[in-house]
Order: sequence, then structure tokens, then C-alpha cells
Amino acid sequence: MSLISCDNLAFAYDGVTVLHGLNFKIEQGDYLCILGENGAGKSTLMKGLLGLKRPSAGSVTFGEDLRAREIGYLPQQTPVQKDFPASVREVVLSGCLSGMGMRPFFGKAEKERAARNMEALEITDLADRCYRDLSGGQQQRVLLARALCATKKVILLDEPVAGLDPLVTINMYKLIERINSEMGITVIMVSHDVQAATNYASHILHLGEDRQLFFGTCEDYRYSAAYHSFMDGGKAVHIWKKAQVKKPAPAAGAAPAETVSAPTEAAPEGTAVSDAAAEKKESPAAQEKAEKEVRK
Amino acid sequence: MFQLILEMFTYPFMVRALCMGVLVALCSALLGVTLVLKRYSMIGDGLSHVGFGALAIATAMNAAPLAVAIPVVIAASFLLLRLSESGKIKGDAAIALISTGSLAVGVMVVSMTTGMNTDVYNYLFGSILSMSEGDVVLTGAVSAVILALFVFFYNRIFAVTFDETFARATGLNARLYNMVIAVLTALIIVVGMRMMGSLLISSLVVFPAVTSMRTCITFRSVMICSAIVSTVCLVTGLVISYLYAAPTGASIVLCNIAAFFLFTALQKLRESLQSREKPL
Ligand SMILES: Nc1ncnc2c1ncn2[C@@H]1O[C@H](COP(=O)(O)OP(=O)(O)OP(=O)(O)O)[C@@H](O)[C@H]1O
Ligand SMILES: [Mg+2]
Repeated sequence: MSLISCDNLAFAYDGVTVLHGLNFKIEQGDYLCILGENGAGKSTLMKGLLGLKRPSAGSVTFGEDLRAREIGYLPQQTPVQKDFPASVREVVLSGCLSGMGMRPFFGKAEKERAARNMEALEITDLADRCYRDLSGGQQQRVLLARALCATKKVILLDEPVAGLDPLVTINMYKLIERINSEMGITVIMVSHDVQAATNYASHILHLGEDRQLFFGTCEDYRYSAAYHSFMDGGKAVHIWKKAQVKKPAPAAGAAPAETVSAPTEAAPEGTAVSDAAAEKKESPAAQEKAEKEVRK
Repeated sequence: MFQLILEMFTYPFMVRALCMGVLVALCSALLGVTLVLKRYSMIGDGLSHVGFGALAIATAMNAAPLAVAIPVVIAASFLLLRLSESGKIKGDAAIALISTGSLAVGVMVVSMTTGMNTDVYNYLFGSILSMSEGDVVLTGAVSAVILALFVFFYNRIFAVTFDETFARATGLNARLYNMVIAVLTALIIVVGMRMMGSLLISSLVVFPAVTSMRTCITFRSVMICSAIVSTVCLVTGLVISYLYAAPTGASIVLCNIAAFFLFTALQKLRESLQSREKPL
């Protein structure tokens, strides 16, 4: 059984559906990257997975050995007030609360756990500093350590690199990769950085305006129309053409649901078309690309 | 002067006031940190006005004051919490509506029944003479409950105060803890009103927290510091009010103001020392 599976999931705010028709499965050890434009509903989906927002349709099912509260979370924005007095140690420790039942105080196990996670994220020397006095990148690492304290299995990261400089961003990605590969924690990350997503992730979920455009492995994503609609025109077509040569037929079965295979207008023969409806939706973008190609 | 202070504690009502005061000061300081950080300080202020309205009505009906005030204020605190959570009416406007509304009701009830007598004056500005044996027992019980709950839930209250979304995401029942905080606030306000008066009690909640946040940088140290500041200010205020026959509530608040400026000055001093050390 999958760790998390979503069936025909939809979310609405005040009766207005902002996201619908989500179908995907996440297995233990996956590194899923959720892509999509501003307002596509990525944060909403995260909240849905965490149980902070009730789906308007469909369902989220957790595997047998995962309960909702065993998920670590790094919010997109932490509305912590500027004058909040809290040391890094206190913030990280507060992540351990979820596994304590009704026990009121932190025991040795929790303290060791917090220390271990601070060590892993290289913030041990900041432990007694005040959280509000840290730089954005340091704060982000503190919150990541807190999220790690809350979970042994799954961690949800909502734009963990927003506002970080390029060097710190790369460090952050490496940290997240280590969390995934060394600690064996399933990572679900929202990002705007397609490049990084395709470099690090094992699976991609691409959200369009209000629906799922693609879900599948990172491999397959590179050959999908959703990927090319996201990349900037000319360059994308170039890569896409190469892709067609190397891999003319993305297996329709490998990428379930609304996976979109290469559109017919520009595609060479032999391309599998998995979903006629999806193809129609995608064709304007493809035509645009084809036109650009012709212009060249 | 030392003689005078010793003499002060030969009066049973002074001892009573001291015991009650210290308990109230401790509890309100602890709760105050959470309330200030959650931006709920005005809720405390609003509740004290509701308390005044309830006391006025209780007097008019010849009922036991606290027996009426406690449930009414707890109900009001739930209402205020709901209003500031839902964000439908602006939280601060809602608080202003409720607090001035209940003040008006209280004044109306008073003028239609007893008129402006010492009882009413004491509700507004507090008095240590009006406290009975029963009040002391009740205060003791309520403070013990507050302290116990607070210590028991300390870590969870921190989590909910620091980042409510994360707390909820990891399975904490944030709404429950908000309600616990609301009930405890209501209780301490009603109990503290006897001594401080409904117009001044919220200063006991807000001042120590704000004062200790000037210098302390961890949540725990802010808690401890504000408990100490609050207690020291209360005792000093009580002594001053005895020595100079000044109103008790006002003396305590003035001590808190002095502490605030003292801590601000300390912080400034420390900053300037640090900035002088840095360039080396
Ligand atoms: N609390 C809310 N009430 C009403 N509508 C909301 C609320 N939160 C989000 N929305 C709407 O839901 C849609 C999806 O928002 P969401 O925050 O999930 O987008 P996102 O993909 O995370 O965007 P971004 O990349 O900017 O973070 C948007 O159209 C937004 O206007
Ligand atoms: Mg978002």
C-alpha cells in the first residue's frame, strides 16, 4: 500500500473550487516535487495533506503505518512576529511535541533528537541564539530542523528556498537530498525551480491553473508537454525535439491520470497519445511552440 | 521605615492582600506573556470591563459577585476568541464593542439601583479592604489551578503561541489550547479585579510581559523574568500604598511602569556596550 494516496481530490475556498481531479500516489522514500504557477493551489494541497484543510471532494488515504500527525511541515511563510522571544533550541524542541502523547515535558529522547537534527542541519552553534535575530537562511534551517523533529517518515516543504541566495539555496537542496537519501524520509516539496526539481526529485506533480497537469517520475516529466509548457519557448522546443529523437514513445502507463504525452501537431509518428481530451487542452501551447520553431 | 513595614504585616488584611496579590501577580504574568505574543492583550482589557458589568449586575441582584462574574467573563472570553479567530469583524473593533458595551450596561444598572457607592468604586479601582476570607480561598484555588495547568501545558502553549499552523499540522489541538488560555485569562481577571479594580487589572497582565521582553531572548527566560518582575512590583506597590496611604492598584501599576523604564534603560545600556565592543 502507498504511503499517501489521493483519489480525485479537490479543494475549495468558500465554495469556489481552486483545485480538482488530483490523482497520485506517494511511496515510502519518494522525493516528490510539486510545481505550478502562483495561485495554482500548491500550498492548498499541502494543507490538505496535513489535514489543515478539508477536501471538498475525493480523499487522502494514508498507509497503515502513517498517521497524519507524523508528518513534518515547513510552512511557506511562518507568521512569527518580529519580537517573539524564543531560542533556536526552544523552536526545534517544539517540533518533538507531536510524538509525546499527553506527556507534559520533554524527556531525554526528545532532547537528543533535537540535538541530532540541529547537528545534521549545522545549527548547533546557534542553539542559544534568539530565533528572531537570525538571517532568513538560518531561520529556514531552524524550521527544517523543527519539521524533522516532528517526523520519522514524511516531510512537507512549502517553497523551502524562497528568498535564499544562490549558494544557500544549493546548500538547502543538498540538505533536503540528504534528508531523503540518508535518513530515508519521504520528501514532498513545493518549488518554482524546475531545474532543481528535475535534478533532485524522483517524482513530479505539476499543477495547472486548477487541476493536475502531470504526475509521474522525473524521467517521464522531461518528455511531457507540461514540462515544455513551463520552460521558456525556443529552448524548450530544442530540448523537446531532442527528447523526441531519443525517446519517441513515453509509456502511457508509466504516468497515470492526466499525463499528457507529446502533442500530435509537432510530434513525429509513433508517439503514443494517452488521453485525447488532455491532448486538446495542451494543443494551443504546442502550436505556439511549433510556430516558434517554424519562425526559426 | 523598616519598622513600619514589619508593622504592616501584623494586620491580617495586609497579609491576606499580600498572599492574594502574589498569586494573582504570578498567574497574570505567566498568562500575560502568551497573551501579548498572541496579540490578545486587548482581550484581557475587554474582559475586565465585562467583569465590571457582571459585578454591577450581581450587586443589583444581591447575588454573590464572583459566582456571577466568573461564568459571564468566561463566556465573554470564548466569544472574543471566536471573533478574533474568525476575522469576520475586526478583532480589535469587536473587543472595543464588547468592553464599552458592558461598561455601559454596568453603569446603567448601578445608577438605576444602588447609585455610585463604595462598592462600585471598589469594582472600578480595586481595594484590599473589601476582600473577605472567602475571596482569599477562591483566589488561592483559582491560582493553584492556573499554575498547575500552565506548568502542565507549558511546552504546548509555547508551540501554539509560536506557530499555530505548525502546531496544528503536527497534531496539536490548537483550538483547545486557545480555549484553555481564554478560560485561564478570564479567571485571573475576575479574581484580580477585587484587588486591582477592573480598570487596572489588565496592566498586571500586560506590563510584566512587555517589560521582560525588553531584555530576555528565550521564551522560558521571559516567563521567569516576568513572574519575578510582577511579584516584586506587586509587593513594592503594596508597601508603598501602605506607607503613603495611596490607592493599591495604582501604586502597583506605577511600580510596573518604573520597572518597564528600568528594563528599557538596561537594554539600551547593554546595546551600547555591545556596539562599542564589536569594532575590535
Ligand atoms: N484562505 C483563502 N481563502 C480564499 N481563497 C484562498 C485562500 N488561500 C488560497 N486561496 C486561493 O486558492 C488558490 C490557490 O492558492 P495557494 O496558496 O494554494 O497557491 P500556491 O500554488 O501556493 O501559490 P504560490 O506559488 O503563490 O505560493 C488561489 O487562487 C488563492 O487565491
Ligand atoms: Mg504557496
